[in-house]
Amino acid sequence: MDVLYFAWVRERIGLPRERVETQAATVADLVTELRAREDRYDLAFSDLAALRVAVDQKLTDFDASLEGAREVAFFPPMTGG
Amino acid sequence: MRVSVQETPFDLGRESAEFAAGRSDMGAVVTFTGIVRDLPDDPLEAMEIEHYPGMTEAALHDIASQAMARFSLGDALVIHRYGRLAPGEMIMMVATAAPHRNDAFAGASFLMDYLKSRAPFWKREITAQGAAWVAAKSEDEDALARW
Repeated sequence: MDVLYFAWVRERIGLPRERVETQAATVADLVTELRAREDRYDLAFSDLAALRVAVDQKLTDFDASLEGAREVAFFPPMTGG
Repeated sequence: MRVSVQETPFDLGRESAEFAAGRSDMGAVVTFTGIVRDLPDDPLEAMEIEHYPGMTEAALHDIASQAMARFSLGDALVIHRYGRLAPGEMIMMVATAAPHRNDAFAGASFLMDYLKSRAPFWKREITAQGAAWVAAKSEDEDALARW
């Protein structure tokens, strides 16, 4: 699936998007896999309360299933308006 | 109902006039405009706004549709810019039309509250001290509870 990063999450990980091959069942499982990769991922995901997640462009939570998901995005709380 | 996510400036006067024109059944039109505000103690060089192409448009359509249904609006307009903006530039506008003013005001207020924390935009302020992401405010999240 495609994994996207925005704002300071993008800066900490160092790229805006990447293709990830994963069998993760939930967003939380995917986060665990990503954190195990490298320090920069571990740092970016160290405080999940400071992060939001969207699956296929819909806001959801870290317990959400990834079944059939094509795109997962991680970002800080939004500051529109 | 119209939603536009754009890098280019918009003409507030023209957008407002076109929105308000030709609707004899709508007695009230409310517009709100957000402007890049300078910082009193640390002059702002620019504000950069990042967004999530695709999700941004979908989220704005969803928020505007909810406002239309909830406040019986006759029409709604949301324009939101992204990219690099200078202090004083217009970031975004919303407009609502309803038969009576209370629904038009409430609809615009609802749109703004949801745009603040449910539309995927992220602001970064650039000053002589460097660049810093704008942190979300807890009162913006709390504001959703009133709806």
